Amino acid sequence: MADTVVDARGLQCPMPIIKLSQAITAVAPGQTVELISTDKGSCTDVPAWAADMGHPLKEQFEMDGEFHFVIERA
Amino acid sequence: MTTPNLAPVEESTTPDARPQKEKMVLIAASGDLDKAWPVLILATTGAAYGMDVTVFFTFWGLAILKRPDAGISGDDWRQKLLSVFNRGAPTNLGLSKLNFAGLGPKMMRDLADKHRVASVQELLELAQQMGVKLWPCQMTMDLMGLSREDLIDGLADPAGAGAAIAEMKQASISLFV
Repeated sequence: MADTVVDARGLQCPMPIIKLSQAITAVAPGQTVELISTDKGSCTDVPAWAADMGHPLKEQFEMDGEFHFVIERA
Repeated sequence: MTTPNLAPVEESTTPDARPQKEKMVLIAASGDLDKAWPVLILATTGAAYGMDVTVFFTFWGLAILKRPDAGISGDDWRQKLLSVFNRGAPTNLGLSKLNFAGLGPKMMRDLADKHRVASVQELLELAQQMGVKLWPCQMTMDLMGLSREDLIDGLADPAGAGAAIAEMKQASISLFV
């Protein structure tokens, strides 16, 4: 279970990444944020953002048409 | 009662893991809705990447920064006429094609609402909250008869091409839109 959950369902680019970046800065290093998005672009945007920022992407899966990403703050 | 404040003020932790912030510079030269949108989407996303983002608004791009109630501005009759026909503010921007006297942007905004795409107005406010620097171009403000009072609050001081080039020389991403 992630430390924080960001519900970005229904929101379009760039809002899932914006909300994710705000949530990551609000948690302590080592803590995790789970992003739930319905924007298909998130599937490429979130891994790219996490890799560039150096935050490990711990999990990525699709469930009921929703995309889930668990990111740990570096 | 006063509380003794002996402990040193803790330095705020950097939001990202990098030692030095990369720079991104966007030149917003268009007042079209379909250009203002990507400018602000890229600006806010750049900020989400922990970048130091500056958007330089010049020529028609200044319309994005105009207050909705700016009214008639300038001293010259041509500037006054321009301010009437180029009302500006995010809510009055038109489309570069299929504008149909304002019907096109109305339909585009309705579609954006339906699909929950953040509006230009929302993205502009978000950019300001995220620390994106919004720079109006001094020369085009003078040319169009726009004063600082005709533009929204929270902008950086008006600047020129020299300042823009200085920023772009240090930036890893520079785009003219």
